[in-house]
Amino acid sequence: MIRVQREDFDIGAELDRLAAGNHAIGGIASFVGLVSDLGGPDRVAALSLEHYPGMTEKKLAEIELEAHRRWPLTASLIIHRYGRLEPGERIVLVATASPHREAALAACHFLIDWLKTDAPFWKSEQTPAGERWVERRAEDDAAKARWQG
Amino acid sequence: MKILYFAWLRARIGCAEEEVSLPAGIADVGGLLDWLSSRGPRYAEALRDLSVVRVAVNQEYVGRDHPLADQDEVAVFPPVTGG
Repeated sequence: MIRVQREDFDIGAELDRLAAGNHAIGGIASFVGLVSDLGGPDRVAALSLEHYPGMTEKKLAEIELEAHRRWPLTASLIIHRYGRLEPGERIVLVATASPHREAALAACHFLIDWLKTDAPFWKSEQTPAGERWVERRAEDDAAKARWQG
Repeated sequence: MKILYFAWLRARIGCAEEEVSLPAGIADVGGLLDWLSSRGPRYAEALRDLSVVRVAVNQEYVGRDHPLADQDEVAVFPPVTGG
């Protein structure tokens, strides 16, 4: 399931709902992305997340489908927030449920790596020096490339 | 043709969305980017370094040689930074 929303989410409630009523699920893997502030001259007061409505949902659904194609998942969930977020706030939740842990853990890792390079979101940071658009990190492309081939 | 701009491209061009008529002779994404750059200093500055410009047509990532039709929805944006 895909959700793109401004509001926060309750991790416990989301994970409970993902597995509810399905006793074939042996485990849930999850990743929660948070707004970070590493301090120093690059202090981040807030983050602003912009996205491309329509394409965002389409790309997230494609990525989710690809995870189900690669691993025997029973259920999955991607929630991604947009709008203004402050350090410590949740940005994204990826959760995967499967009869066995290997598939759930691998698929969760795959989803967050692919999401970072394929889902049309853009972050700008509010810093003491003004607004600064976050640049794409080469590490993110390398992380995605691991899952190819 | 509808053109959408996101992130710093939207900010530098000063426009989130516009409707344009595709000029005769422009057949692909590369041609469209060249034409947009010629539309004024804001466009020229925003599109100066095309290595950091990505394009989607009808909500799919495409390359510079992707053909264009007048009813396409084209989005122009920097590399994505979500997650």
